[in-house]
Amino acid sequence: MFSLFLEQLLNGLQSGVMLFLMASGLTLVFGVMGLINLAHGSLYMVGAFACAAVAAWTGSFWLGLVGSLMAAAIAGALVEMIVIRRLYARDHLDQVLATFALILIFSEGTRWLFGSFPLFLSVPDVLSGTVVMPGGFQYPIFRLAIIIAGLTVAIGLFLLIGKTRLGIRIRAGEADRGMIAALGVNIDRLYTIVFALGAALAGLAGAFVGTTQSVQVGMGEPVLILAFVVIVIGGIGSIKGALIGSLLVGFTDTMGRFLLPIGFEAFFDPASATAIGSALASMLIYIVMALVLFLRPSGLFGTEA
Amino acid sequence: MTMNRETILNIILAVLLIAVPLIAQAMDEPFIITLATKVAIFGMAGVGLNIALGYGGLVSFGHAAFFGIGGYAAGILASHALNYEPIMSTPFEINGTTQMIVIWVVALIASAVIALLIGAITLRTSGVYFIMITLAFAQMIYYFAISWPAYGGEDGLSIYVRNSFPGLNTLDPLSFFGLCAVMLGIVLAFSAVLIRSRFGLALQGARQNGQRMMAVGIAPFRVRLVAFVISAMITAWAGALYADLNRFVSPSMMSWHMSGEIMVFVILGGVGRLFGPVAGAALYIMLEHLLGSTFEFWQLPLGILLLVVVLFARGGLIGLLAGERKHA
Repeated sequence: MFSLFLEQLLNGLQSGVMLFLMASGLTLVFGVMGLINLAHGSLYMVGAFACAAVAAWTGSFWLGLVGSLMAAAIAGALVEMIVIRRLYARDHLDQVLATFALILIFSEGTRWLFGSFPLFLSVPDVLSGTVVMPGGFQYPIFRLAIIIAGLTVAIGLFLLIGKTRLGIRIRAGEADRGMIAALGVNIDRLYTIVFALGAALAGLAGAFVGTTQSVQVGMGEPVLILAFVVIVIGGIGSIKGALIGSLLVGFTDTMGRFLLPIGFEAFFDPASATAIGSALASMLIYIVMALVLFLRPSGLFGTEA
Repeated sequence: MTMNRETILNIILAVLLIAVPLIAQAMDEPFIITLATKVAIFGMAGVGLNIALGYGGLVSFGHAAFFGIGGYAAGILASHALNYEPIMSTPFEINGTTQMIVIWVVALIASAVIALLIGAITLRTSGVYFIMITLAFAQMIYYFAISWPAYGGEDGLSIYVRNSFPGLNTLDPLSFFGLCAVMLGIVLAFSAVLIRSRFGLALQGARQNGQRMMAVGIAPFRVRLVAFVISAMITAWAGALYADLNRFVSPSMMSWHMSGEIMVFVILGGVGRLFGPVAGAALYIMLEHLLGSTFEFWQLPLGILLLVVVLFARGGLIGLLAGERKHA
């Protein structure tokens, strides 16, 4: 029982880390460009499909990962230059609608290219199998690798934002876009880079998660909505908030699904305990979000209401 | 009364909406009548959203939840009535019903209560937060509907016989269209009266400048909350009719795609225009039908078209045909 609990904790961490890869791009794009991007889930899907296609073609998962990063970044840059750029000055309603249209285009285009049947990505041999964890339970090596990879990317992102020239520009862009343009920074290129960076992170998450689940059209949408919940909890525009929010949502969701049905067995018979528990568990993160917003309307680390 | 271009356009739209099914009846094309019924129902859902979005500036991305609540009110009450199972038996017995009027009242009350709760929390925020939180609440209700097994869960719930309305054979396509068209007319008239009333002016004032409204002694929060609730109720009413049209209700009525679609009706037709949602719904359903019958991946051209409308044709169909809004 205790080892099952530990295993679920690790699963929660894994889901939180993957969510962070999604949410960080979303929150960066909002923070720097003031854009709400519904099509972020489509970039996640592009990454997963690119990984599956390249891995099937070359036989190498690693090349697939590179492919997912490249494809999502290129798709992101193109979309930014063709469509998104025209939306910065518009109100949020136009942004929601235009990026909703992008979802239709991406989903239907992918269905056209790859068909409606899900693709499967297999785990590379090095990372297949399980490892015995402290506490004596078996845990898949691949999931462990995802956690480590995700945490590495998260640290890299914090270093990029905090320590590099590009990071300074991104933070300056969040604070005052007019000023940094006046100081001679090419703001158009900066925006394209930020958008492509967010897209690449989403694509990477898509490739990772696509390996543990199946790769199919529409896979990005549930994750997108979770990522929204994350950045709303963390405070829109805050990378730190995205990290805390991701972990909070990842743990709450995983542990809720695991613990609530067990907890309700103390009060109900097992069948209805499972029903009530799982119904409540699927709503739990939204309840957490409502609570956070009730106490802090602009999220945990948000500044702008 | 002088008629401006928008009024004339509205009259043409109303005449078209009524004429098309009548011609279809004469030509024995029941499918076209069903399409027109869909336009009336989606138009009604859009009229509901337009009160919050168009007049109040409240970009709710979760109206599918209310649409679905209306649908489930029809589905749940009808399934209890058709299976002869009381909804509850202690302390007193409550039975299901197949009377549309009772169903509508339940749909309106249920959606009002839930919209009051959701609105009280979400309206504390604004801008992007409001968009995302309304979306998140709708997802919460959506997942609840999926995981709650009593009423079909993910598979949904069939309504074996369309619910009844006194003095009307609702199974006849043209009669059911007539019923939906009358309801749409009622909602349009209500909406037209509402936006010209003191309340409607306060709502539009709150959209333009909340602080000035406070300065003249009107609390924007309360005005917005009432508008949000009214908006949700109208959308739920449309949802109850939609469930009866399909004789089926499932969580997909509450999916965020549905929220997006209702929003698309409003924007395609023209935000804050009385007949905008009806024009938008008509255009959307015509496109869906025309593109869908020629091209398997019809959402691809639809998406491109939508993108072009947002980027280059602001003001939607009504804006294109009747010019800018007079009191924007």
